[in-house]
Amino acid sequence: MANYTLNINGKSREVDVDPSTPMLWVLRDHVKLVGTKYGCGIAQCGACTIHLDDNAVRSCQLPVSAVGDKKITTIEGLSEHGDHPVQQAWLEVDVPQCGYCQAGQIMSASALLKNNSNPTDSEIDTAMDGNICRCGTYTRIKKAIKTAAGNLS
Amino acid sequence: MTLLKTHIGRRAFIKNTSLASGGLVLGFSFLNSCKPEQAEKMAVREMPKEWFEINGYLKIGDNGLVTIMSPNPEIGQNVKTSMPMIVADELEIDWKDVIVEQAPLNTNLYSWQVAGGSRSISSSWQSLRMAGATARQMLKQAAATAWQVPVEEIRAVEGVLTHEASGKSAGYGEMASAAAKEAVPEEINLKDRSDFSIIGTSRKNVDGLKIVTGQPLFGIDVQREGMLIATVAHPPAFGMQLKSLDAEAAKKMPGIRDVFSITLFDDDFKRSAFHHTAFNTLVAVVGESTWEVMQAKKALNIEWEKAPSASIGMTMFGNDMEVNYPAGLENTTTHREQMEALNAKKGRVVRKDGNPEAAFKNAAKVIERSYTCPFLAHNTMEPMNFFAHVTEDHAELLGPTQTPEWMEPAIAELLGLPLEKIDINMTRQGGGFGRRLYGHFMIEAAAISQKAKAPVKLVYSREDDMSQGTYRPSYYATYRAALDADNNLTALHVKTGGIPESPLFANRFPAGALDNYLAEDWTIESNITTGAFRAPRSNFIAGAEQSFLDEVAEAAGKDPIEMRLELLKKAQENPVGENNDYDAERYAGVLELVKDKSNWNASPTGMHRGVSAYFCHNSYVAQVLDIAMENNEPVVQKVTTAIDCGIVINPDAARNLAEGGVVDGIGHAMYSAITFKDGAPEQTNFDKYRLIRHSEAPKEIETHFVDNGIDPTGLGEPPFPPIMGALANALYKATGRRHYHQPFITDRPPIVG
Repeated sequence: MANYTLNINGKSREVDVDPSTPMLWVLRDHVKLVGTKYGCGIAQCGACTIHLDDNAVRSCQLPVSAVGDKKITTIEGLSEHGDHPVQQAWLEVDVPQCGYCQAGQIMSASALLKNNSNPTDSEIDTAMDGNICRCGTYTRIKKAIKTAAGNLS
Repeated sequence: MTLLKTHIGRRAFIKNTSLASGGLVLGFSFLNSCKPEQAEKMAVREMPKEWFEINGYLKIGDNGLVTIMSPNPEIGQNVKTSMPMIVADELEIDWKDVIVEQAPLNTNLYSWQVAGGSRSISSSWQSLRMAGATARQMLKQAAATAWQVPVEEIRAVEGVLTHEASGKSAGYGEMASAAAKEAVPEEINLKDRSDFSIIGTSRKNVDGLKIVTGQPLFGIDVQREGMLIATVAHPPAFGMQLKSLDAEAAKKMPGIRDVFSITLFDDDFKRSAFHHTAFNTLVAVVGESTWEVMQAKKALNIEWEKAPSASIGMTMFGNDMEVNYPAGLENTTTHREQMEALNAKKGRVVRKDGNPEAAFKNAAKVIERSYTCPFLAHNTMEPMNFFAHVTEDHAELLGPTQTPEWMEPAIAELLGLPLEKIDINMTRQGGGFGRRLYGHFMIEAAAISQKAKAPVKLVYSREDDMSQGTYRPSYYATYRAALDADNNLTALHVKTGGIPESPLFANRFPAGALDNYLAEDWTIESNITTGAFRAPRSNFIAGAEQSFLDEVAEAAGKDPIEMRLELLKKAQENPVGENNDYDAERYAGVLELVKDKSNWNASPTGMHRGVSAYFCHNSYVAQVLDIAMENNEPVVQKVTTAIDCGIVINPDAARNLAEGGVVDGIGHAMYSAITFKDGAPEQTNFDKYRLIRHSEAPKEIETHFVDNGIDPTGLGEPPFPPIMGALANALYKATGRRHYHQPFITDRPPIVG
């Protein structure tokens, strides 16, 4: 066990966990932020995507000991009231079916748009291919990303 | 207007529960009453402290807000929005004044609290409407009494009751207290379809904001004071069982509270297929956090041994049966040989029309093709999990299940508690697809909580989930068609089977359209457990049949849509046999619609098109799939879907579900498979089990609904099966290769075109 002071969604959070514990479980079990989802545990499905500084990372493969003072943003911290352009676009297009993977999809999409405000279809595919949606909302996700890009520009 | 009796026989469909529980009406303050427009200005949209339960489906607040209970499990099919929409429309309330809550399991109030068979809406269509209409009538009656005017003169519009002649009006909130005391009317009028103001209009997912902001909604998100986390270890292969457990090392690991084995059912427990699991005895690891129990599980020292064969008595919808699970460690290669061998023999004749033998003997041309598909894992994105808190005299369960009603008796049996001491509540569910019809994980959670004497959340890892079984069965089918010298289809023969069930629907199209028809099937026993997977059986046989018909049309030199329409015309005008289970006119209707909407007769340049149509879950779906070759690879560009599922409650959400069915069908036909070596699944996570991804989805999906005013039929499943046929047929046009064996990505058929 070791003590870590983490910067999560702009707040300082202290946790006492084994250094190998992935951020996914630190967030879900210790910080009680459950918006970040478990899907596979091997970085193949993207349900656990968070932002480390401004980059999308799979939190199931990110041990707490590797975080240091980097800023962690989860779906709960993406905006104050669900008003991030990507979240708004998701609501406008009414993307979710079961909704389970959508936090990860939104985190991947918002990281993409931060670096590339007007992505092409193929750039969207490349950025999003790591996020599985078992319900098959892919066409709506693409539409929502384009809607958000349009609202950002 | 439809007049409906609220009492049928001895059972009252609608009960005035507020009268039964009495106390609800106490303390009502008229000072708090206001009309909906005032409620709208409130900072927080929530039910006030005082509210009135009019019936089991709805509560009206004294501020005019209405809570509508959504009785059925929400697995992504969006019933949590669409079912309350039906109540709200009949109630005559503005949708913005509605708050939706997931109802708990309550077999006294609701029927069919199941997400299965695409039946949520169709089986509750009338009771949901009745719930809203009854409440509307009671509110009107309350106003009529208060104002001393005839009830027929009261109008109810968007949550406001008005009496034109006297100029009196009141919000529902003002009348809720009095309405709750009204007798339930004996008869009520349902609205005409032309008066629907919510049904048939697109409304956003009621959980949308919570989903996009990551609020706790799902079973895996449940957090409780003092809650422990549990995980289970099951045998690594089907045909194996626990021999011995050495948990000493695991117990010493940080955060671990206990490790023990659990057994779910005694041998003589009369279970249903929804209770059954291949692994009746498991090892449970209980600890303080998920990561810790997952680590401790790796430290378990477990010996597994080969399990003997078993014959288990089961009951399925009232039918008793004995299911055999042979001993042994099974292999996919052997499965294929077994299926080929059995399919070469005579099967069980399920339906025979005319003289198919003679027709084949006299045929100018016979076409014979065989199709296969592998086992599939449901792979809901949210793995199996459930919360249970079992004490000596009570059990609380909370989590994702498609069948709370069917699981309750098994939990009662296991815990030795009466049914009324078991409370089951449902969370939003991270996918269902049939997987959560099988609630062994609820029983496991209850057993672990009972033994650990603590509230426990059981969480499966992806590997646990994918290797547990409950798979889509593996199927095999051979189709034969006889054509005469004029290229008329004179006979069709289907022989099909699977492990462990047959996918045959002997009375579906093209049965009924052919003078000579033969349908046979067979089954092979297995110890690998299987279960319903989105559109069970149809999810294979539709694709096989629709691919075959494409080849028949080609051999006959006919357009594939025209050939189907010809057959359907015959089935409509001069049907063969009496047990045909489809409506040929509606079937033809979706083909006509997809032909029109896809502009079938003017194929876009560079597009290779495949068509398919199928009937299941009382609905009709036709699809046209367009492929373009990009860098010598087939890429799905567009899918046009036509659906006849009767009245559509929430059109945009319905389109979403249909789009999902298309992506799901293309994905599974193209990429997914579970294979076995020595009883163990060779794919246990998404590194080896391939699911369709963003770049592989169609670029565009268009969905059209037939507008015929028929009461709603199923939608969750029907768009899924036919797309596999449309895909195979378009792939043939694009590549010259006919694909017969799913997943197509590993199928290497020769070029025949």
